[in-house]
Amino acid sequence: MALTEHELRSLDYEPDAGGHFGDYGGRYVSETLMAALSELDQNYQKLKNDPDFQREFDADLASFVGRPSPLYHAERWSKAVGGAQIYFKREDLNHTGAHKVNNTIGQALLAKYSGKPRVIAETGAGQHGVATATVAARLGLECVVYMGADDVERQSPNVYRMKLLGAKVVPVESGSRTLKDALNEAMRDWVTNVDDTFYIIGTVAGPAPYPQLVRDFNAVVGRELKWQSKELFGKYPDALVACVGGGSNAIGMFYPFLKDTEVAVYGVEAAGRGLSTNEHAAPLCSGRPGVLHGAKTYLMDNSDGQIAHTHSVSAGLDYPGVGPEHAYLKDIGRANYVGATDDEALAAFHEVSKVEGIIPALETAHALAYTKKLAATMRPDQTVVCNMSGRGDKDIFTVAKMEGISLT
Amino acid sequence: MSSNRIQQRMDALKASGRKALIPYIVAGDPTPSVTVPAMHAMVEAGADIIELGMPFSDPFADGPVNQRGAERAIAGGMTLRGVLDAVSEFRQKDQDTPVVLMGYLNPLIAMGEVAFCDGCQASGVDGLLIVDMPPEEEGSLVQAAKARGLDLIYLAAPTTTDARLATIGQATSGYLYYVSLKGITGSSKLDTTEVSKRIEHMRQHISVPICVGFGIRTAEDAAAIASTADGSIVGTVLVSQVEALVNDPTKIPEALQSILKPMRDAMDANA
Ligand SMILES: Cc1ncc(COP(=O)(O)O)c(C=O)c1O
Repeated sequence: MALTEHELRSLDYEPDAGGHFGDYGGRYVSETLMAALSELDQNYQKLKNDPDFQREFDADLASFVGRPSPLYHAERWSKAVGGAQIYFKREDLNHTGAHKVNNTIGQALLAKYSGKPRVIAETGAGQHGVATATVAARLGLECVVYMGADDVERQSPNVYRMKLLGAKVVPVESGSRTLKDALNEAMRDWVTNVDDTFYIIGTVAGPAPYPQLVRDFNAVVGRELKWQSKELFGKYPDALVACVGGGSNAIGMFYPFLKDTEVAVYGVEAAGRGLSTNEHAAPLCSGRPGVLHGAKTYLMDNSDGQIAHTHSVSAGLDYPGVGPEHAYLKDIGRANYVGATDDEALAAFHEVSKVEGIIPALETAHALAYTKKLAATMRPDQTVVCNMSGRGDKDIFTVAKMEGISLT
Repeated sequence: MSSNRIQQRMDALKASGRKALIPYIVAGDPTPSVTVPAMHAMVEAGADIIELGMPFSDPFADGPVNQRGAERAIAGGMTLRGVLDAVSEFRQKDQDTPVVLMGYLNPLIAMGEVAFCDGCQASGVDGLLIVDMPPEEEGSLVQAAKARGLDLIYLAAPTTTDARLATIGQATSGYLYYVSLKGITGSSKLDTTEVSKRIEHMRQHISVPICVGFGIRTAEDAAAIASTADGSIVGTVLVSQVEALVNDPTKIPEALQSILKPMRDAMDANA
């Protein structure tokens, strides 16, 4: 049901009152969570337009995160690729090293304004956990982070960072012992402790209003890009590229441009060992609609509807679902979703490190891999902006290990 | 045939001044072959309605005990088709005891919601309780279920507002499942006076019987709940018992009986 360009321009890209983006999203949760979600929704709809709240959010983004993040012309790489001019939106320069902190600052402020002294979060690689622990420390909130037991072992530096920041890290032993299980466990904590606890979700997934509010907090990326691109090259970019795990960095960059249909948008999923294998994490490219973690969306499951175990070289993309707004943008034809394999991402990781002096996160490397392919098909007077969602310091151990190098 | 089994059972209980005892187990936990014998055994021990869990990989409204039950069932090869087959087999010997399938939406979507409801009708399922489908998200499943006379049982929680109670009251049929605690299945604290106050309040909005689950562990709990509610739903203690016998599954039916019988007796002593 792809829409016409005229229709795409006239949509408002807001969910309905029940949090639906077209058929997707909504609130597929147990009754035990309904009251908490409507309280959150009411608080958010009120604070979203509250000047004090917005002022505090903007001030924190400026002085604590270091916004605006620069728009950087990757000149040498553009030349090497030999097509469009490639720019990076430098979310990797944010405090804590990724876009994740935009969202955790927003949600922690919501917690503060809602009078909740305790925050919880789920985390995969630990980036969202670290970003949550960081703002919790700054606001003096108690912080508990759920993390799959396998991830706790694989990501010990981030576990230690969270502890340094005063958070408690709880290893989750159930299911596949990874991100989706951490999310289940965090939801359980929330249902049980909803009176004093705020659940800071790490991406645009989950029940309404999370996909909307996480998007709104990350949309600062796209808003800045609008004026930066005008300033730097006099027009909006021809194409935007971002990696998609749950989809928060992607939607944050895409959302302010959705009505500007002359700007093409590309979300890059983790194609793992290849989309034709079962070892990937690309629900939009090769999954199907279903219900997971409180929302209707594209997901990866087996023929019996059991959620699949996914694979990606990057922990932050290793998730079987995706934010419902992306499912909607795919169906209406406003956004394109493509895959980049582990190998393509690793190649881009090395290439951008060497050519531009920026070591990207492995998640981001997926977006870079596709940026290269896309730019090569475009003219030199065109521009493509890749969301440099995070820096790769956290990944050097993983990459070294894969290449048989021991760092310790 | 299937449409009124729940109501008939509730009416009969009411006429005799008794309350419903509703056990929950996960279908296929730990192997598919235990399920039907366990269902018959529970009926023999005094169960009025059986809630059968359809295992799902990501049951986020359940506690760790029930999640492990679902994981064992999936590992043991249970599928949604297998759940329906178990009910068909149960129906060969028992045409009276209502069976309610409880679970999450995604496996139903994978099978096709209409195909699933056809399967329920053909195998003798009476009601559905879909944990992650509140009335606001009603879709094709609800239409298909209603057209086939399947009851749709909804949840209410301590935090449910009066406005939502009215909506839920409209949507639910068969009975209402009141979640007695904040939290997940298998949480520990149960305050029976609080529960009875709440039930009295809910009766203003809800015309169907109100059964209470989450946190009922002992015969005293079951009896205390049944003194105000229309039924006691017992799950986590049973699934724990199954877990204790994973290596000796033939003992499971009898072990479930020894938990349910004292509950039945205590509840009936009240009547
Ligand atoms: C640097 C970076 N980019 C991207 C992602 C993927 O998340 P999302 O799709 O929500 O942006 C992560 C998640 O951990 C990340 O750390």
